[in-house]
Amino acid sequence: MTALDFTPAPGAAPFPRMVLAQAGAEFRAILRNGEQLLLTLIIPVLLLTGFSLAPLIDVGAGPRVDFLAPGVLALAVMSTAFTGQAIATGFERRYGVLKRLGATPLSRGGLMLAKTAAVVAVEAVQAVIIVAVGLALGWRPQGSFLSAALLIVLGTAAFSGLGLLMAGTLRAEATLAAANLVYLVLLGAGGVVFPLSKFPVEVRPVLEALPISALTGGLRAVLAQGAALPLLPMAVLAAWAVVSLGLVSRTFRWE
Amino acid sequence: MDSPAVEIVDLVKRYGARTAVDGLTFRAERGAVTAVLGPNGAGKTSTVEICEGFRKADGGTVRVLGLTPALPELRARVGIMLQAGGVPPAMRCAEWLRLVARFYARPLDCGALLERLGLTEHVRTPYRRLSGGQQQRLSLAAAVVGRPELVFLDEPTAGLDPQARHACWELVGELRAAGVSVLLTTHHMDEAERLADHVVIIDRGRVVAEGSPASLTGAERQLRFRARPGLALEELLNALPAGSAAKESPAGHYIIEGQVGPELLATVTAWCAAEGVTADDLRIERRTLEDVFLELTGRELR
Repeated sequence: MTALDFTPAPGAAPFPRMVLAQAGAEFRAILRNGEQLLLTLIIPVLLLTGFSLAPLIDVGAGPRVDFLAPGVLALAVMSTAFTGQAIATGFERRYGVLKRLGATPLSRGGLMLAKTAAVVAVEAVQAVIIVAVGLALGWRPQGSFLSAALLIVLGTAAFSGLGLLMAGTLRAEATLAAANLVYLVLLGAGGVVFPLSKFPVEVRPVLEALPISALTGGLRAVLAQGAALPLLPMAVLAAWAVVSLGLVSRTFRWE
Repeated sequence: MDSPAVEIVDLVKRYGARTAVDGLTFRAERGAVTAVLGPNGAGKTSTVEICEGFRKADGGTVRVLGLTPALPELRARVGIMLQAGGVPPAMRCAEWLRLVARFYARPLDCGALLERLGLTEHVRTPYRRLSGGQQQRLSLAAAVVGRPELVFLDEPTAGLDPQARHACWELVGELRAAGVSVLLTTHHMDEAERLADHVVIIDRGRVVAEGSPASLTGAERQLRFRARPGLALEELLNALPAGSAAKESPAGHYIIEGQVGPELLATVTAWCAAEGVTADDLRIERRTLEDVFLELTGRELR
């Protein structure tokens, strides 16, 4: 047995090491959680495959996968940054994990950075799988990779803000219910698989202001139509991000 | 290094109309084990959580290692063990300890610490599948893994089986020997007597007594028994040698003090027999902290 020397030798680890350790733990936790995988990978891949192969909905001219793949990418971002993060953080708060971590040298800023890094890493896994499935289904993406990445970053910020807003104020059970409900509503009404053009003209302006519509619309403009920088969707996402993250910093309760 | 590990002066904490901590004052010296002893609801956890920086005091001052609680620089120097929870349910036992260890510059060897606390067989077990005692031990390990100067343990042995309790006690002893300051809360008087250099007995948010276990319990032995309330102790006193004392506190609990020996024992039992009283729980012992608490507050510790 190794001798244990309890002689005090306090000190915080370097900031990057702490953030990486926490991000790694969060990344593994997401990939290990069955319900999270259902939301982040299984449902998006099923939607992409199913609606690409079966002519169930009219998505306009061109191959169905060209319309669906950007929408499903947006759904994947929402599922990880919003739904998954809201539920996980809500329960971390409930189980006292945020409280306990608050007593370690990892600062709250470091914890948030780690959460963001874990979300981005999971999104990278999702993107690789969704793009691979899309390509196998005959998807021919256009446009600039950088523009798409920028949209995803803005979408991640907006959805993280909304998810943390929920997790930091509601009870864990309420967050669980609300996050799943919002996921379903936005999946249906945010242009993920059903084109917004199918909705009545009167509600379209409202739907187009949703963060999910901005992300699906923006990604479609880049990846299906080859647009350079879709400014309106970017502005909508940036606005959601600023407002929601601003509210998070004022309302988030750690305990 | 002159400041005490913890210094609390006139601390007040209210929750709405209820005052949980009501003008509490005590200090925990460096390198010593200080036990805050009291029944549930006495204000122990509120006090510790204010020291840990989780809650704000409504009055008074608290200094931890000479600093205001919740200062970021304290987080590397202070190890804490929450009363319950604090670990993600799906996190594996060793994974959690290694994660916490990564936050510190010079952590202990996680494998050795897990072995030490009897968790080696459970390294891959998710937290939610650990027994209550195993969860407690993991939390204890996480409190000390960063090699802190000061450790706060909130009811560290609650829910532990006797063997695990002893392992925990041994660890606290080693922390002390290594120069770590320990502040722990407990409602087990034997734990406080056994571990602590200094015991602070609190009730209803106030200090009712403090000192070393020996100074609190005194050196004198007593004879104690339980019987029906309202025995005529004056008669008994007449039969006892001069200088003896007898009291009933609380009702039905009798304490005889004086030259406690075979004679006194024989006199008391003979008197009981004459009165037709069965003396339950008859024993001769030093006062315990539980007795001290009972005498000071008229209530049981648990």
